[in-house]
Amino acid sequence: MEPQAVTQPVRVKPYSRTIRRAAERLAPFLFLIVIGIVLSILSPYFLTVRNLLTVLLQMSIIGIIAVGETFVMLTAGIDLSVGSVVGLAGVLSTLLMVQLHWPVWPAVFAGILAGAVVGCLNGVLITTTKLPPFIATLGMMSVARGLALILTGGVAIFNVPEGFNWLGGGHVLGIPVPVYFLAAVTVFGAFVLNRTLLGQYAFAIGSNPETARLSGIRIAKYLVCIYTIQGLLAGLGGVIQASRIVTGQPTAGLGYELDVIAACVIGGTSLFGGEGTVLGAIIGAALMELIRNGADLLNISAFWQDVIIGIIIWVAVAWDGYRRRVLNR
Amino acid sequence: MRPLVKMSGITVQFGGVSILRHANLEVQAGEIHALLGENGAGKSSLMKVLAGDYPKTAGTIEIDGERVEYNTPHGAIAHGISMIHQELQLAPHLTVAENVFLGREVPSGRLGWLPNKREMRQRTAAFLRDLAPDIGPDERVGQLGIAKQQMVAIVKALSAGARVLIMDESTTALTDAEVKRLFQALNDLKARGVAVIFITHRLEEVLEMADRATVMRDGETVATVPVKDVDMDRLIQLMVGRQVHDVFPKAKTTRGAEGLRVEHLTRHGVLDDISFTAYRGEVLGLAGLMGAGRTELMRAIFGADPMDGGQVYVNGNRVSIRHCGDAISAGIAYLTEDRKGNGLAVGLDVTTNLTLPVLHRIARFGVPNLGKAEQITRQYVDELSIKVHRLTDRVNILSGGNQQKIMLAKWLATGAEVYLLDEPTRGIDVQTKVEVYELINQLTAAGKTVIMTSSYLPELLAMSDRFIVLCEGRVTAELSREEATPEKLIYHASQYRATQTTGR
Repeated sequence: MEPQAVTQPVRVKPYSRTIRRAAERLAPFLFLIVIGIVLSILSPYFLTVRNLLTVLLQMSIIGIIAVGETFVMLTAGIDLSVGSVVGLAGVLSTLLMVQLHWPVWPAVFAGILAGAVVGCLNGVLITTTKLPPFIATLGMMSVARGLALILTGGVAIFNVPEGFNWLGGGHVLGIPVPVYFLAAVTVFGAFVLNRTLLGQYAFAIGSNPETARLSGIRIAKYLVCIYTIQGLLAGLGGVIQASRIVTGQPTAGLGYELDVIAACVIGGTSLFGGEGTVLGAIIGAALMELIRNGADLLNISAFWQDVIIGIIIWVAVAWDGYRRRVLNR
Repeated sequence: MRPLVKMSGITVQFGGVSILRHANLEVQAGEIHALLGENGAGKSSLMKVLAGDYPKTAGTIEIDGERVEYNTPHGAIAHGISMIHQELQLAPHLTVAENVFLGREVPSGRLGWLPNKREMRQRTAAFLRDLAPDIGPDERVGQLGIAKQQMVAIVKALSAGARVLIMDESTTALTDAEVKRLFQALNDLKARGVAVIFITHRLEEVLEMADRATVMRDGETVATVPVKDVDMDRLIQLMVGRQVHDVFPKAKTTRGAEGLRVEHLTRHGVLDDISFTAYRGEVLGLAGLMGAGRTELMRAIFGADPMDGGQVYVNGNRVSIRHCGDAISAGIAYLTEDRKGNGLAVGLDVTTNLTLPVLHRIARFGVPNLGKAEQITRQYVDELSIKVHRLTDRVNILSGGNQQKIMLAKWLATGAEVYLLDEPTRGIDVQTKVEVYELINQLTAAGKTVIMTSSYLPELLAMSDRFIVLCEGRVTAELSREEATPEKLIYHASQYRATQTTGR
């Protein structure tokens, strides 16, 4: 911290700034590695391919949705409906397969599409009624969950066709299929965020919506787009989830929105918009899963896992705030 | 007679900049005293010192012949000085009586910690009976109109024992009838021996209402005159008074073809049937007082606020503007007056800010060529000598001048034909100001159309080739560079009521 950074902002030493920036960016990543090292010392089983693949598999759904949430949070928004969308998409696709005897793939696409429709509705609600994103998606969280329960009458859908299990339970080259999806979504998300108009505009809208508007950006159009993508990814997460448990469970994904948001903020995405990275969200999701995995390996009660994750959220967001107030002036 | 308030040699400096220089003010009890001056002359600052909002660097304040020292609004109120701000500081969800006694509730006799509502109601009602009989003490403040709210604020000040009432631009938001009512109330207060200090832009009001007027200019008090001895011309002369120094490198221009034509532009309650033409190669100065509609006009042309009627033509072609993107495509650029509020995204880097309006033009299938964006940024950073370390630096670490240049560069990069410049030199150092003026010269030399506005009259006078004057959302005059004098501009900018046709 250089005191002259406040009074003479132009003359900050460039090197220390670069190093500091890098350190800030990498802080969650470094933390991830430290946890990894500690766990591999404590448990001989941790650093096995099998266990690491389990970690990746376990984090894949939260990770996929967290990529979408990063976009939403960049625009200073939030999407609380993703957990319900997971339930709705899973229920819808299994329902189509079991009751209407749709083939597997069209049913899967219908589930994902349903997620996109819900997301699109979120975006339209927010941009036309000017409801705060928190409220719009809080309502949608309830509506989507209700729909999932109505569709199924509250009971889980069993007897799903055999072929459906591949999506969540299959392996390709020894790696679980959801991990491929996670990798693809991450790469694609990072590309969209850093290289496309949509990504650049998401930053601009979150950083200063009025400036973005006066620069000719159609804010409503891009917001609807971003919420639709988020719904689509939640829908994808939903069908993967249903496939993993080979069941259409109307209560699937309950509380996922909180894990997703936690992953984003742990990874350095700001709740106030304009700041965040796709990689950060993935690291956040990985960090949470590592804690859970490590706790399991070390026989720490699941209840303590929640406590630890809660504390990590505090620390991560406090760090984020400190960084804004003091370091980045 | 001994003055009720005597401010002598008041000086205020903020970080080396003098806002007030040895300002003096004497106000008698039972007097309505107008405080006049152009934007930035120091009227509000002087009153903020009196109200305890600003610390003074030097000078003394005497109340009733006794020297007093305070530096909080509370201290001022304890000495009987209350300021009625433009933004009324009332709690909209509480009743009139609750607002009047907010923070100094009368305790009830037996239960000292409970407020005595009846007592507060009665005392409020007593004040209201004299000043505003149409307001009840139990009405919710949020449901009252702005004029009535103002009365509540006045009653609140009086009930706290105010002997000096400072009214900051209190008539701006009022209708004619409401202004009359306010003036009646102020005359009542005068009869009670209260001194009213009245900040206003409207000279008619001064002539109508005030007993004496003090004129400020550049942070100094120039003169105090009895109002019955002066006329409007004399007041304007006192307000303007200075010679325009030649710090403006205005280049000779030649008028080209029509650049921007606006016809019958209307935005209800804000802009009223505005028509004008700006020509290529020329700077059209938009004159007017604060709140006259200069910024609103630019925003409406640019599509930032919706128009209720009217047409816009660029280089002779009718353009339809529904949002800002349309305006940018039509070749219009709008440099906003508020850099941090809506001009830049200060949390983002230089390149993103500078290329925001053009990014989609260098994109294919939604993927912008970021190398090209950097190249554009580099080009303008060099051309306008913007001092940045690297293009990935966040804009908020740069100086105001450099931020302003990035904002200008952002619009230059769009290759616009028409430039709407709202306060193009606000909050930047002299060196950068001169650079901005030269840039304006370059624009006109290249045959672009420039429309600018500035609260600093000398700047506007020096840089413009022609003027339109706005007042209350209407064009009140069109003047050539030769015709325009500060006196004339202020005259046309303050002649609002005589010809007012639309009531608000």
